[in-house]
Amino acid sequence: MATLREVRRRIGSIRNIAQITRAMQMVAASRMRRAQESILLARPYADELRDALARVTAAAGEDLDPLLARRPVQRIGLIMVTTDRGLVGSLNSNAVRTVLRWITGRLEGSQPTPEVAAITIGRKGRDSLRRAGIPIAAHFAGLGYHPSFAEVTAIARLVTDDFLAGTYDQIVIAYSAFQSTLVQRPVVRAILPIEPSALDAAEEASNDEYLFEPSPQAVLSRLLPHAVAVDIYRAVLENNASEQSAQMIAMRSATDNAHELIDDLTLVYNKTRQATITREMIEIASGAEALAG
Amino acid sequence: MPFQLEIVSPERRAFTGPVDLVVVPAIDGELGILPNHARLISALGTGELRIKSAQGELALLISGGFIEVRADKVVVMADLAEHSDEIDEAKAVEARRRAEADVDAVHEPIDLARARAALQTALMRERIAVRRRNRG
Repeated sequence: MATLREVRRRIGSIRNIAQITRAMQMVAASRMRRAQESILLARPYADELRDALARVTAAAGEDLDPLLARRPVQRIGLIMVTTDRGLVGSLNSNAVRTVLRWITGRLEGSQPTPEVAAITIGRKGRDSLRRAGIPIAAHFAGLGYHPSFAEVTAIARLVTDDFLAGTYDQIVIAYSAFQSTLVQRPVVRAILPIEPSALDAAEEASNDEYLFEPSPQAVLSRLLPHAVAVDIYRAVLENNASEQSAQMIAMRSATDNAHELIDDLTLVYNKTRQATITREMIEIASGAEALAG
Repeated sequence: MPFQLEIVSPERRAFTGPVDLVVVPAIDGELGILPNHARLISALGTGELRIKSAQGELALLISGGFIEVRADKVVVMADLAEHSDEIDEAKAVEARRRAEADVDAVHEPIDLARARAALQTALMRERIAVRRRNRG
């Protein structure tokens, strides 16, 4: 049986933990609101751009730009977006598990077996992939809570150059897509070469009348690298919203658990106290009886 | 017969609504879009985007990106989009000074290109602020 003092000390320390997790929950909640807002604001842009891109590549033809070139895939560049910090529940481990499963599936399915190298954004993904034995070609960390488009453009330029130089034949990106505060879904998606998405027949028929200013090549050579940057930016924002949401939830359940533990320990404390008092009473009573006898 | 215009930037949706005319700073000169314009896609430069609609006139600073004229609507996808009434003239002047200092300070060609682009945006921002003040 634990002594009263030990139980009291444990209650005290758990109360401190609850205070800390509660504060972290509050901080995450306010960051979460901003992060969710910024991904919701960025989505219309990313969607419009992808729509425009699909129509333009269909109208201009696919051989017009090297970023549309499909080559036999021998080397894959994998951009893995995770968080820098932990305390986000199972967010990162889910993302990493999905990626490793994707890699296994990809390697089994094709001949000759492609090589995979990772470009990691976020410390947690780098650590996990390194442990899994996947070579890390480049690493970016510290994008912070408000990743700017300019920072992401640098990463986009790196992978675009690598793709053009033939270092990679395909670029895929993995991140945790934000669905709601409670639901984040790990996603693996190809971003290069750019796939002109399927268009319905009516739209395709009217596409030849597109005007390009100044020329199809000039528009595509700006639009395509930009689209890659926007894709990556979106992934980073999605992941950021997921991170803050997951952290808020993780901290909330930690706070709840701490309070439950405090309740349990308080019960133990009271029972122990009760038992001590009862024992003392019996000692006094039997002592008195012995004297009286 | 107004048409639907949407202006989006990576940070937000800056404008959406029916308009009668939009003038955008395309990469090689200004481009005016009236209703029933042919389908078009063009790269954008840095400058003032002007909108005329039933609600009056509106100006935005935009930089980079694209305009797409579709059958059903016109979409401006800009790297940067700021409403003219969000621009604070004093801050704009300050930002332009900083951008000028940057252009003088850097030597790497890629940094210089970036600094020049920033300066151009800052100059345009200041000009829009001044013009708005003069208009009243």
